[in-house]
Amino acid sequence: MKNAYSSIAVAAAAFLALMGAALGQDPTFRIHFWIIFASLAVGAVLLMRNMKLAGGAPADQSAYMDEVIRYGVVATMFWGIAGFLVGVLIASQLAWPELNLPPYFNFGRLRPLHTSAVIFAFGGNALMSTSFYVVQRTCRARLFGGVLPWFVFWGYQLFIIMAATGYLLGITRGQEYAEPEWYTILWLVVVWVCYLLVFLGTLLKRKEPHIYVANWFYLSMIVTIAMLVIVNNLEVPVSLLGMKSYPVFSGVQSALIQWWYGHNAVGFFLTAGFLGMMYYFVPKQANRPVYSYRLSIVHFWALIFLYIWAGPHHLHYTALPDWAQTLGMVFSVMLWMPSWGGMINGLMTLSGAWDKLRTDPVLRMFVMSLAFYGMSTFEGPMMSVKSVNALSHYTDWTIGHVHSGALGWVGMVSFGALYHLTPKLWGRERLYSLRLVNWHFWLATLGIVVYASVMWVSGIMQGLMWREYDSNGFLVYSFAETVAAMHPYYVLRMFGGLLYLVGGLVMAYNMYRTIRGDLRDEIPMGAEAPAVKAAQ
Amino acid sequence: MSNEPQAFGFHSKIERNVSLLLVLSLLVVTIGGIVEIVPTFLLQNTIEKVQGMRPYTPLELAGRNIYIREGCYLCHSQMIRPFRDEVERYGHYSLAAESMYDHPFQWGSKRTGPDLARVGAKYSNEWHVEHLTNPRSVVPESVMPPYAFLANNELDTSSISGHLKTLRVVGVPYTDDMIANAEADMKSQGNPDADNKAFQARYPKAVVGNFGGGKPGKPTEMDALVAYLQMMGTLVDFQAYNPAENER
Repeated sequence: MKNAYSSIAVAAAAFLALMGAALGQDPTFRIHFWIIFASLAVGAVLLMRNMKLAGGAPADQSAYMDEVIRYGVVATMFWGIAGFLVGVLIASQLAWPELNLPPYFNFGRLRPLHTSAVIFAFGGNALMSTSFYVVQRTCRARLFGGVLPWFVFWGYQLFIIMAATGYLLGITRGQEYAEPEWYTILWLVVVWVCYLLVFLGTLLKRKEPHIYVANWFYLSMIVTIAMLVIVNNLEVPVSLLGMKSYPVFSGVQSALIQWWYGHNAVGFFLTAGFLGMMYYFVPKQANRPVYSYRLSIVHFWALIFLYIWAGPHHLHYTALPDWAQTLGMVFSVMLWMPSWGGMINGLMTLSGAWDKLRTDPVLRMFVMSLAFYGMSTFEGPMMSVKSVNALSHYTDWTIGHVHSGALGWVGMVSFGALYHLTPKLWGRERLYSLRLVNWHFWLATLGIVVYASVMWVSGIMQGLMWREYDSNGFLVYSFAETVAAMHPYYVLRMFGGLLYLVGGLVMAYNMYRTIRGDLRDEIPMGAEAPAVKAAQ
Repeated sequence: MSNEPQAFGFHSKIERNVSLLLVLSLLVVTIGGIVEIVPTFLLQNTIEKVQGMRPYTPLELAGRNIYIREGCYLCHSQMIRPFRDEVERYGHYSLAAESMYDHPFQWGSKRTGPDLARVGAKYSNEWHVEHLTNPRSVVPESVMPPYAFLANNELDTSSISGHLKTLRVVGVPYTDDMIANAEADMKSQGNPDADNKAFQARYPKAVVGNFGGGKPGKPTEMDALVAYLQMMGTLVDFQAYNPAENER
């Protein structure tokens, strides 16, 4: 009965979407539901074409469930490229505003598309597929829930499509990183709860007595994100057949809860989750045990306890009461320590294996990601100090900080994990080309360095220009002059992003050839140096 | 993979028990949020006592929804910090009370363009329309996208009372009178020739005028957005505001 029930369920969902398209009260809502209907209809047709009503061996319950992870790896790569591409596009729009194409491709609608594509589509798929891989290996158990992991995977892709097309149509809640409207979020919550069930269920049927540290991080990420998304999205829709809703919180509480959510989307989605990834793939790739078990315990509990307090540092000197700002600042500074605990544990795992960096560009990727993690988790606490924030807030410095974390830490650790996974999942001897990995490594690193340093200069300059007085006590610059001064930096930033995108394309090509089973005939890494024997 | 599994005896219980791990980590992550968020609902001084705040008129509310739809908050803040340069550039620093009816807040986090918290009444309606239609025609250095299409989109006036009702559910003090007259108010605010006495009694300090150049009685999205921009930061009476009383 392969796919029989699934195709009926998807077809039924497509029918519901069609009802939404027919009965929707505003035109945008109707267009959005036509798109959702089309996606579901395509899914239903594909499922039916692969339907087998009788026979077929049931899946081997002792084997790992890896097919869904293969899909996840490809989806991660796809959304990564899409997200980087939109990033380069909106960076270009800031440098050359003529590139705005109203209404659908204006900066204001594309920017959430970029942030959601890289955070939730690229990052989310990376987290889901690696967590499915890691939890099976470290528990020595098949994923729990039968077809449930497939529902989680495809349900999440549908969420991404709903969110992304919604932004272009102008369907947004107007809160950063929490833009999808009420019905898209309801769908996400259903998918996310199923994700939690799959993960918990697999942990429960584990054959290992201990739950490995990577799974602590993944688990805390899944439950905390559920809490944050539900609270920050409490809202009342105007109509059950309309796109618009109004959040229950207003003004100062709305701001505080938004940044409690927003900062912990960083703290749990982009940090705890990816630390889980790091705790499995770095020791595997280096073939060394985790440096310190004790440190992993201390920094895990300290990290998840402290992170949640840090949100108000996004609201320094605003109308948020001072006591809350101070709490946010103090906890952000304290957060520096557990963050570096993770970096130290990752980097020191390589002790005794540092020579592998010369021959293994995948390991290089992991090390660079940890270095950027350390850099941005120092920069973050520094920027959360009120007097620094007075200068940095509202400027490009913040954008640069986010990108050294996102491109450097999240991006690089995901690339490393994907390079590690691809040959294993498709049963290939090795990657198509390690030299291309090396190219990717340098393109990405150079891209991040250009991006971050350009944004430091432009951000600090912008902040200083806004507050500059002349000797007569007049403001020196009009706002428009400060905008004009940004132009060369916006061009350079676009170039940094472009390098990173090209690196991503090199990776996609390398993965494609690996999946096809090709092996590039090349001199092994590190073999050029005459005195050194090639590795292996 | 660990090399010292007995190091933390009590912890080995947690890492052998999924439910314990789940409950403890959920507990640990809720504390910070509760301590920071709950008091802002309980402490009376979180929102300053001011005179002049009122809910948005229907036209302003529609404009605010367009502001959100187009992602204006991604480049413009609505939060003036209490610094000499900001107060001089934009006006009195922002109060929490000024966004008390904002579901959600739009304080923003980035100033690619200037702060808009007090942009109301600074420029003429014609300037705003020209600027939104072709930003670089009035500010050559601007990198803002053009929004000429707003003038071609007629507003849907029929659904606005539903929006007011929903906002009342989440706590905005819209009266029955305001809800009953929402559609009419939306049409008449943009029409200087209409009889607006009752409207202005419902919404004190509301400005009536031809905001976006739309036909009388048929407001466009341009009318709504400009009406919203023109009221921003104009409501609170700062003559009557005493900062010392609102120390937090």
